[in-house]
Amino acid sequence: MRTVAVVGASLAGLRAVEELRTQGFDGRIAVIGEEPHQPYDRPPLSKAYLTGTCPAEGLRLADAADLDGLGAEWHLGVRADSLDPGTRSVRLSDGTEIVADGVVIATGGRARPLPAAEGLAGVHTLRTLDDAAALRADLDESSAGVVVIGAGWIGAEVASTCRTLGLPVTVVEAAPTPLARVLGPTMGAHCAALHTDHGADLRTGVGVASLTSTGFGPWKRVSGVVLDDGTHLPADVVVAGIGMLPNTEWLAGSGLPLDNGVLCDAGCVTAFPSVVAVGDVARYQGPDGPVRHEHWSNASEQPATAVRNLLAGTTIQEYRPSGYFWSDQYGTRLQVAGHPADADEVAVVDGSPSDRRFVAEYRREGAAVGVLAMNNPKQFGRLRRLLPSRVVPA
Amino acid sequence: MIPVCAVADLPDGEAVRIPGDVPIAVFNAGGEIYAIDDTCSHQDASLSEGWLEGCFVECPLHAASFDLRTGMPTGAPAKKPVRTHEVTIQDGVIHVVPQNQEAVV
Repeated sequence: MRTVAVVGASLAGLRAVEELRTQGFDGRIAVIGEEPHQPYDRPPLSKAYLTGTCPAEGLRLADAADLDGLGAEWHLGVRADSLDPGTRSVRLSDGTEIVADGVVIATGGRARPLPAAEGLAGVHTLRTLDDAAALRADLDESSAGVVVIGAGWIGAEVASTCRTLGLPVTVVEAAPTPLARVLGPTMGAHCAALHTDHGADLRTGVGVASLTSTGFGPWKRVSGVVLDDGTHLPADVVVAGIGMLPNTEWLAGSGLPLDNGVLCDAGCVTAFPSVVAVGDVARYQGPDGPVRHEHWSNASEQPATAVRNLLAGTTIQEYRPSGYFWSDQYGTRLQVAGHPADADEVAVVDGSPSDRRFVAEYRREGAAVGVLAMNNPKQFGRLRRLLPSRVVPA
Repeated sequence: MIPVCAVADLPDGEAVRIPGDVPIAVFNAGGEIYAIDDTCSHQDASLSEGWLEGCFVECPLHAASFDLRTGMPTGAPAKKPVRTHEVTIQDGVIHVVPQNQEAVV
């Protein structure tokens, strides 16, 4: 293998480059990134960057010396438009064609847009550094208040940041309990209580009917959100945290099987042995069928396995996800590991939810399958290590 | 020199945090006492709450691992070391001699 193209220059793409070098690949590496920025860390975008305590430079995942040491060529600010497995080439938006023996797909995803909000100033999603910069500028100018649509992780962190900035914020969630799909209704409710603890107005079980606006043409700006029950919430900033869509459109003509991500085997290898997928875009074969993760840890961990299989030319190792993720909201650290959704029971094993400091264990038929901690990293670390590996050996 | 606690109050595998402008974490790893900067060099997390394995502590947030003897990270996501501090034991009490700030790399 002489040339590897890594398509995507965020965490998973950078880790893939690092793994290629660590695992002994000394050929050419071409990295393609649609954003103009060097690889940067996204989690602080909703927190320290948005509050202004962490500047953009502080987000860098690798400094100049690290990048030099990797000896890769970086095509930043250009998009990969297509992949042709026949000629093994990636065509870029600037007309460049990169012929590669191996391809790592790390194109991630984009924020799901709010329907009917196109061209309406003051309406935001948050995925990229540029998104965060635009949101921060609008928050600085906000006087009428903020509405966050979706009480998932991003929505909760943005709402928390708004409160830190002293802005009135209303969080609207269509489900009866935030985070219930991930944590179950009981623990979801404990986490959602953080909003009301800190003066955010939480509206659950109600959808968004429409947005209201003022002005015309380019001056048209959001003025509020109308809920399904008819309530009008005034707002000059609206943030939608309603999920993401994997970036697979550029692969439409490639012949690669696509279905809510790039389909790959248990070792992140696609239908073509010379093409692997990692990070938010990779939908690999888990024990219960294809699965895709949208977490930092997954993007960080997956490339080691994918690169090993790419360099071997076949799947010699299956991916074992840790299932770990965290969220910092309202000065509280939430940490989750394992597979809470598999559980038939959840029990608080340390501390108390009312103190906002506890650890809960998720169990299935009596055996631990997942753990959630609020403000208790030490116990979390201990219990996380006791979780069994979920994957049944092939 | 900062008095920390009695040796007997810091059992093997435990850690204690000394608050301050630059907090310090003190560990008992297999009977040896070590002191390093408490805040992970990667992102805001307290290493005194991390998992201790031999002479290494794993950051509770992103699992970056640091060598308690040298402060060096063993791999991603941390790239920079944390400072180590001298530990002395006097009359059964652990004391830490903080390294001066300028020594930060």
